[in-house]
Amino acid sequence: MASSAIASSSTSFIKKNEIGLSSFTPTSFPIQRCKRRALSKKVVSVMAPPQSDRRPSTTGSVKNAMTMTEKIMARASERSQVVPGENVWVNVDVLMTHDVCGPGTIGIFKKEFGENAKVWDREKIVIIPDHYIFTSDERANRNVDILRDFCGEQNIKYFYDIKDLGNFRANPDYKGVCHVALAQEGHCRPGEVLLGTDSHTCNAGAFGQFATGIGNTDAGFVMGTGKSLLKVPPTLRFVMDGEMPSYLLAKDLILQIIGEITVAGATYKSMEFVGSTVESLTMEERMTLCNMVVEAGGKNGVVPADSTTYKYLEGKTSVEFEPVYSDDSARFLAEYRFDVSKLEPVVAKPHSPDNRALARECKDVKIDRVYIGSCTGGKTEDFLAAAKVFLASGKKVKVPTFLVPATQKVWMDLYGMEVPGSGGKTCSQIFEEAGCDTPASPSCGACLGGPRDTYARMNEPKVCVSTTNRNFPGRMGHKEGQIYLASPYTAAASALTGFVTDPREFLQ
Amino acid sequence: MAAMAAASASVSVSNNPSFPSSQKRSPLLSSSQSFIRNLRMPTTHLIKSPLKHFSLSSSSTSPLIPLCATTDTTTTTTAATAFHGVCYVLGDNIDTDQIIPAEYLTLVPSKPDEYRKLGSFALIGLPSEIYPTKFIDSGELTSKFSIIIAGDNFGCGSSREHAPVALGAAGVKAVVAESYARIFFRNSVATGEVYPLESEGRLCEECSTGDVITIELADNLLINHTTGKEYKLKPIGDAGPVIEAGGIFAYARKTGMIPTLASSSA
Repeated sequence: MASSAIASSSTSFIKKNEIGLSSFTPTSFPIQRCKRRALSKKVVSVMAPPQSDRRPSTTGSVKNAMTMTEKIMARASERSQVVPGENVWVNVDVLMTHDVCGPGTIGIFKKEFGENAKVWDREKIVIIPDHYIFTSDERANRNVDILRDFCGEQNIKYFYDIKDLGNFRANPDYKGVCHVALAQEGHCRPGEVLLGTDSHTCNAGAFGQFATGIGNTDAGFVMGTGKSLLKVPPTLRFVMDGEMPSYLLAKDLILQIIGEITVAGATYKSMEFVGSTVESLTMEERMTLCNMVVEAGGKNGVVPADSTTYKYLEGKTSVEFEPVYSDDSARFLAEYRFDVSKLEPVVAKPHSPDNRALARECKDVKIDRVYIGSCTGGKTEDFLAAAKVFLASGKKVKVPTFLVPATQKVWMDLYGMEVPGSGGKTCSQIFEEAGCDTPASPSCGACLGGPRDTYARMNEPKVCVSTTNRNFPGRMGHKEGQIYLASPYTAAASALTGFVTDPREFLQ
Repeated sequence: MAAMAAASASVSVSNNPSFPSSQKRSPLLSSSQSFIRNLRMPTTHLIKSPLKHFSLSSSSTSPLIPLCATTDTTTTTTAATAFHGVCYVLGDNIDTDQIIPAEYLTLVPSKPDEYRKLGSFALIGLPSEIYPTKFIDSGELTSKFSIIIAGDNFGCGSSREHAPVALGAAGVKAVVAESYARIFFRNSVATGEVYPLESEGRLCEECSTGDVITIELADNLLINHTTGKEYKLKPIGDAGPVIEAGGIFAYARKTGMIPTLASSSA
């Protein structure tokens, strides 16, 4: 909670040269004790003891068991231990903002720190225009201009700009949807703290890091200080074991979980995903899992980093990182177990992500359109999954099917990557043969409605099956529109029949 | 940070598993608060900072200062103790897309004229068949309803700060819900736009849109004058003074926790 945390801070955290432990020592006691013990009788030098990168929280010398999330927050707050409920000032590794909340964040930063103030670290702020890009809305365009001016003025290292709206490919810097771009550009790293002015920032928990969404005011504060006051969340653990059936995707798993614990079931809590099924998931699928923890009210989601994570990160980042893992005896608020091999494809019916139903139970729901896109459902593998269904059926879609790749890289994959088992076809060829709309320019698109001229926005009260993450009233544009959230398999199957359809009809 | 650590070292940490909030006044926090009182910066900061803050504020010419509920941190020493007004009643899981639909997010809350415009669109995303009474009358910038009463999980969904800002700009002083989504609660406190109060029971089924309500903040009491009933609210706790000050920055300056940063760079 903001207030209590403020009340418990020291006075000096804003001034960079006074940060930390110089004036007050209590926090450093446990750390020093550990170091002394480690160095024991051997060291007799009068020089300052060597600085070790290994903090006590990552060594075996700490007796208090912690969860992954607790460990990350302990390290980020320079403590040996934290407990759920505690408010701590954490050092932020990366702050992300975009065109919707960036201008407001910048406004707060300037108002509070001064017109000429400098950001705390030009290399740790990542600014990604992605929400309202391909629109003639003047204010939306102006907001991207505000970002550009600020990034120029502050010499922000990572700004993924777009100037030529007529052809996104003429903008080599432009990426697209921030959460997917963060991962693809190497800004997501195990053990780190990533804050972003977007609730789906929790997506990055797939990398075994703490990532959560914050508002403009908090982001303005981070921009000036590199710090944020966070309450340590308790952790809910989700153990998913069993072989993933060929007709299921991570979207089915998270919709299953949200249906189980409701849209407020994880409020203020961390969600940790473990088990053999999770270990078998690709990074993109892990992102799908973590992306929607906020739909259960969760503060963050985490998947422990492993060889899949390291492989994905190869060549993407040169920053050193240090993963952390939950201790065996860590305390979890609750543990949920799933035998994934027994699950079936699910959807979330209007107008709530926890309004779960089996896809086959909704086979009589007639639909008007299908949307495949967004941070949670517009990644390369999401389109590969849809293509697999179209390929298996060999038929044409019966309703308009809109495809919005999350990023420029995803778009290129659709045109350049061969779909396994297709005899050399690309996704784009398969989509064309199936009668889908041509893949659009990468952005958040109609996932959240946006300006009236947004591609595929629901301007009329239609029924849509969508691979996005929210189906609140009006989410995709029209208040009376009905959105069924589903996996790319289910979305593609539904496109082929014109009804909500279990993908097993095509994938058996 | 150090003060916090010292405080937490002296108080054994409870393993109370109920965190979801907001209103908890843990012994840990209150003790660290008293601790910090002794560590406060010289009182000159208390006087100096708001002045600096104001002279630098680009929006100081406007009577409406976004993200600052109270206008003068030096003189506002008494708490806003009561709110009186007509209430608007909502159900469960009112998400931020209903509070301020995405098409209006091009409005930047830190720009005064756009702040006001955001207010005029507050709750425009509500389905009209469920909520036939308009929250804001056509052509108006603000609402005649200054108190919102809602069910569970108010403000779920996006992290858009535009949500509490739109409500505050529309003239809402307090929301009384059974529970809140985390980011909405935090944004309400950080901006100081609205008081996110929690009810003990299900007030959204006890009150109707249009009822005349008084909220006595100090007594944690909600009085429905239309029905003649009174209800207990959960204490706002440590969040209260932050909202009263006008948000997290204003509070930090008021209490001398942060120096007048702006002055060094001006």
